Amino acid sequence: MITFAIRRLILSIPTLLFISLVIFLLLQLAPGDPMAQVPLTVPPEVKEKMRIALGLGEPLYVQYWKWMVQFFWVEPMVFIDWLTRDSTLLGWLPDTSLYDGRLRMLSWQTRGPVMDLVVQSMPQTIWVVGMAYVVGVLIALPIGIYSAYRHYSVFDQTGTFITMIGFSIPPFFTGPLLIVIFAVQLGWLPSNYNTVHEVTNWDTFVYQLKQMVLPVMVLALQTTAQISRYMRSAMLDNLGQDYVRTARAKGLREGVVVMVHVLRNSMIPVVTVIALGIPAIFGGAIITENVFGVNGIGYQLLIALFANDIPTVMTLTFIFAILIVLFNLIADVLYGVLDPRIRYD
Amino acid sequence: MTDQPLVSGPDPEIDEQAYGALQDKGPIAPPRSQWYDVWNQFKHHKGAMFGGFFLIFITLFVLIGPYIWTLDAQKLDIRAKDMRPIWTLIWDSEAKAAWAHPFGTDQLGRDLLANLIKGGRASMAVGWAAMILALLIGTFVGVVAGYFRRADFWLMRFTDLVLSLPILPLLLVAVTLFRQPLRANFGPETGMFILIVGVVGITSWMQTARIVRGDILALKEREFILAARSIGTKNSKIIRRHLLPNVISPITVSATLGLATAIITESALSFLGVGFPSDFPTWGKLLADAVQRMEQFPERVLLPGIAISLTVLSVNYLGDGLRDALDPRIRGR
Repeated sequence: MITFAIRRLILSIPTLLFISLVIFLLLQLAPGDPMAQVPLTVPPEVKEKMRIALGLGEPLYVQYWKWMVQFFWVEPMVFIDWLTRDSTLLGWLPDTSLYDGRLRMLSWQTRGPVMDLVVQSMPQTIWVVGMAYVVGVLIALPIGIYSAYRHYSVFDQTGTFITMIGFSIPPFFTGPLLIVIFAVQLGWLPSNYNTVHEVTNWDTFVYQLKQMVLPVMVLALQTTAQISRYMRSAMLDNLGQDYVRTARAKGLREGVVVMVHVLRNSMIPVVTVIALGIPAIFGGAIITENVFGVNGIGYQLLIALFANDIPTVMTLTFIFAILIVLFNLIADVLYGVLDPRIRYD
Repeated sequence: MTDQPLVSGPDPEIDEQAYGALQDKGPIAPPRSQWYDVWNQFKHHKGAMFGGFFLIFITLFVLIGPYIWTLDAQKLDIRAKDMRPIWTLIWDSEAKAAWAHPFGTDQLGRDLLANLIKGGRASMAVGWAAMILALLIGTFVGVVAGYFRRADFWLMRFTDLVLSLPILPLLLVAVTLFRQPLRANFGPETGMFILIVGVVGITSWMQTARIVRGDILALKEREFILAARSIGTKNSKIIRRHLLPNVISPITVSATLGLATAIITESALSFLGVGFPSDFPTWGKLLADAVQRMEQFPERVLLPGIAISLTVLSVNYLGDGLRDALDPRIRGR
């Protein structure tokens, strides 16, 4: 198992390199000009100097190499420094001070390091998306279990219908719809996510909860629809097996049979699907973040895209890619750990 | 030897019966084709039937609609701006509504029904074209990988790589960055159409390829392929004549899923403001434009939103029914 995990980890390095190359080439081959916003009165030779100052004068492979050095070498050094200096978790360690003042990846919008932008917006995304995923999974599992146990019952039929609807309604429709119903008509919840809101006492905590409800609901609807379908079919596969009959025949209580024997076996594929769904929901959060104005990485990506801010776009897209590769790896390893019948060799 | 007792049986009536049973009266029902069986199973799936009918309805709606509702979707009529749909008259007789614009008009007086029809045309065209492109790529990669062992490893590694690309961010990047030159070369609408169909098609063929490869791998070991090969059939002929007809069913199912994804992706791109030009309506664009004033005019969000959702829902149900109908293990249950 360990060898398999290590081999997968090593294999994911060329994958990530390939993805970064694809993103880089896509951005380089794109005809968009970062100098397009510069006024026409600026003479061309000055423009050329600005271009070189932005690092655009170099040949492609040099630019790619420099980006890689910045992403995989300079930024981790800054991060480790921060960890050992300012963070509460590892702050007790001696300051490593690895960072030697080399050029970091700079955003063309803010002229500040791209990673600062990521560090600022990541918590917003993780809070909203992570909460939505947890809520979605927690709702989906009981629905899936019960509708498989009562196959073809009214609950099952309704559940299937509702999950189908949740599957089909896009988040850019449910978002405005929920805003109209809960924020405008009923006035229960705020329509916009206030990113600078700080939790200091009970009231602000309640407000934080309230403003998270709508985006979490939109994202959780899709998660619930997907996971409960998988849960239901996995349970159905297992409920017809011989070992279930044996368990019942030896007089086990129904609750034990379903919740222990069948559930444990059905969870194997479902856990994999849950792990695989995490990067997808990060991608889907781009739309939800824009509907509700959550200042997360998806929102930042869109802003950077419209501003032709190539370093930020490249970094954010690559972070999405890392998430996908990472969770694919986790799903594969989990599958092997949970199911002893699976042998990787 | 076995018919000995029949000849010398004591009771002639039993003889008659036995002979009757042995006689071949010919088939009771005409032989049923595979597609008859599929249809038989399919029509028991209520959701799938509803989905199929709705898909046909919405396709006719956007195809024939412009000839029946001849109002120009682009026509500005500032005097008739901000009209409400006709049904608001039921509870509010003061509302500004008229049969001239049954679904109301927007802030520039453009007719919403005409816009829905035209927007539906764009959305459906993008959906179908992107789905067909994805199917063609996916089937090609799947067949080549499944049939030719030498290509298998590299093609499947490539598929895995593409699967781990972050699709939505890349779509956004590609559409934003390649918008200008395509618009310049093909005109704003055709250029955008080519771009969106291209990027959606190129980023959604992987599932089809995997499914087709799996099926081809199993099929090519079967006897009929061996037989075809033994009489000297060429590879291309085996693929076209013997393999492709056998993978039609998984391809159909992934086609429905592909159509749903393509429609949603196009609408999402339009919603995020990177889709078609601003004066060219699609369902996603109508929805996005109406979000600003949805408190006063909720129907402008609801109608395109419902159109997208119902189309996708019906396509999903259709896919569900097709999967059941095309699976011979489930058929007849």
